[in-house]
Amino acid sequence: MADFVSGFWNWFIIIPTVIGIVALFPLIFSNRGTKVPGEEAEKTGHIWDGDLEEYNNPLPGWWLNMFIITLVFGIVYLVLYPGLGNFTGMLGWSSKGQYEAQVEKAEADYGPLYKKYAAVNIETLAKNPDALKTGERLYANYCSGCHGSDARGAKGFPNLRDQNWLYGGLPDQIKTSIVAGRNGVMPPWEAVIGADGVRDVTEYVLSLSGRQHDVGAATKGKVQFDSLCAACHGADGKGNQALGAPNLTDRIWQYGGSKESIIETINLGRNGQMPAHKDFLGEDRIHVLAAYVYSLSQEYEKD
Amino acid sequence: MTSSETYNYKVVRQFAVMTVVWGVVGMLVGVLIAAQMAWPLLNFDVPWLTFGRLRPLHTNAVIFAFGGSALFATSYYVVQRTCGVRLISDKLAAFTFWGWQLIIVSAAVTLPLGITTSKEYAELEWPIDILITVVWVAYAVVFFGTMVVRKVQHIYVANWFFGAFILTIALLHVVNSAALPVSMWKSYSAYAGVQDAMVQWWYGHNAVGFFLTAGFLGIMYYFIPKQVERPIYSYRLSVVHFWALAFTYIWAGPHHLHYSALPDWTQSLGMVFSLILLAPSWGGMINGIMTLSGAWEKLRTDPILKFLIVSVSFYGMSTFEGPMMSIKTVNALSHYTDWTIGHVHSGALGWVGFISIGAMYYLIPRLFNRELFSMKLVEIHFWVATIGIVLYITAMWISGIMQGLMWRAFDADGTLTYSFVESVQAMHPYYVVRFLGGLLYLSGMLIMAYNIARTIMAPVAVKQAAPSAA
Repeated sequence: MADFVSGFWNWFIIIPTVIGIVALFPLIFSNRGTKVPGEEAEKTGHIWDGDLEEYNNPLPGWWLNMFIITLVFGIVYLVLYPGLGNFTGMLGWSSKGQYEAQVEKAEADYGPLYKKYAAVNIETLAKNPDALKTGERLYANYCSGCHGSDARGAKGFPNLRDQNWLYGGLPDQIKTSIVAGRNGVMPPWEAVIGADGVRDVTEYVLSLSGRQHDVGAATKGKVQFDSLCAACHGADGKGNQALGAPNLTDRIWQYGGSKESIIETINLGRNGQMPAHKDFLGEDRIHVLAAYVYSLSQEYEKD
Repeated sequence: MTSSETYNYKVVRQFAVMTVVWGVVGMLVGVLIAAQMAWPLLNFDVPWLTFGRLRPLHTNAVIFAFGGSALFATSYYVVQRTCGVRLISDKLAAFTFWGWQLIIVSAAVTLPLGITTSKEYAELEWPIDILITVVWVAYAVVFFGTMVVRKVQHIYVANWFFGAFILTIALLHVVNSAALPVSMWKSYSAYAGVQDAMVQWWYGHNAVGFFLTAGFLGIMYYFIPKQVERPIYSYRLSVVHFWALAFTYIWAGPHHLHYSALPDWTQSLGMVFSLILLAPSWGGMINGIMTLSGAWEKLRTDPILKFLIVSVSFYGMSTFEGPMMSIKTVNALSHYTDWTIGHVHSGALGWVGFISIGAMYYLIPRLFNRELFSMKLVEIHFWVATIGIVLYITAMWISGIMQGLMWRAFDADGTLTYSFVESVQAMHPYYVVRFLGGLLYLSGMLIMAYNIARTIMAPVAVKQAAPSAA
């Protein structure tokens, strides 16, 4: 086994452990002591600090028995389970084995249900109340930490209840986002266009969604925008779902829509990370989860 | 010749008073962070008032400032009285007092500033660690040096425990704090990954075993027989449980790392030795409580004795609970939950707190040559604090077991029934109860501070009892 770099350490563990446990037996038995019932125990005869003395009562029997039981339990446990260095124990148990057995059992117990769901397309599954209940619990445990218990997001974490999608709101697009994750990178521009350039572009970005802005600065900013920003956000500023570049003409802001926030975004850039869930949730569970997330945006449409 | 000339009481007085002062401070911080758990707004968005920074301040203040001062005071007192000699060096003893206070103040400044090694109960950065080592070596020299020149042939059992505590803490501190400094206030541990975790919990659990157990058993072995005025129940039991405890405790650390990346064999050994630890721990409880046999009626009338005996009862309860929680299947439920917090506080508030409080009520009037200002207030302190502990630990038991059960609840489709935040929401009422329990315990400590202050400031000194230096 890989736990030890040499055979020495194996015996370094085994020998003190065995000697340690075994040596406790003579320690307790040689000090057991006896007393004639009904008589007061003898004293040791030592006196400290005027009046500190010691009786020498025998070890209480129940206590001695308890001690022996724990010692015997310990010996039996170390025979059955790993503990004595490289000796793996007679039961052949390992935490890795236990984990794998539990995962296997869970797959056997729950796998068929998710296989059944996986065969149904996401739009249809999003109307199945049982599947949605399952999806809701998956969401609560794996997604709510960032996107919020109500799925309305937070700064840097998109709202999942609206119709606005960075990477597309079609069922398969949602599923792809969960399976493989997403990484939305906005580069920092401060060093490239300088503080004045950032201020001008900010005014232009404000103008895109029809907000109050400095017309002169925005006109200068448009020139910069067309040459630098349009590559991702589009010439019209409506964004590009293939890249996850947000639409700048609406009133929805991933990192805040105040002038200060926009300046900060352009200055420093942004790096939005949605982790890939494929390896620990598996495609079948993600299928149900995608149906749940899809259903949230469908509810929004009904409102 | 009075005994204050025979013995160095000055350093004992200093540590005894600071025990009360640091007790109030450490518990006040504890109550504040307990309130923050229930009402997070109470961190006021001030970085150095946030839970993450104040929690290590709380643990350091109650363990090393309150508990540490109590241990210094009692061990210096006991080693002098039971060896029949004065401390070998007044200067070195004074150095340990001022050095230890400097360490505490450094902790109180650096921890809120966010300067930390992030090793639990060993958060202080390397310059303070070096100071701890120096003061500790001085402490060992004073203590063992005094034992060497003793006038009584046999070494009293309390001194075995104090001695084991001083030696082992030196070893634990030096090994676990080994680190590579990169700047004045930042260092990196000498160990990496799972080895670092193992060394940390070898330290962490034995800080409980030798600082909070062996040291305070030393207090128990002197102050209980003194207050009861009866001999210790069994010398042979003290021999057996001392050696069994010292040998077994040192292995138990891995139970803090069950179901982690720690190798299976290490986890098993940690669990087995934690279970074997039950009987050696209870040996101390038996010796403490049975010393009272033949004098049980004193428990009705003597509130100081109530503190001491109830303390030993909490010790017995915690040292039963601990081995149970170290069993892997139990630990799978209890680990990372409030149950652990409840367990720690039944030991901290019940055992360590009460034995220290009892010892201080015994000690301070004798050190200052005064009558205790009010025995009635001691009685009130006892009941307020006891109710506080009961509220605290029952709230944490319920909250912890509920948390553990909620985290592991599965639905028929294999999904977790509850999200994490639902378990947080469910804990809220218990956090409020825990805060109230802590508030009561702190109130008791304030009553003590008042009582002690009035005692010390009282003008008339009582007649000194005859010295008993032999």
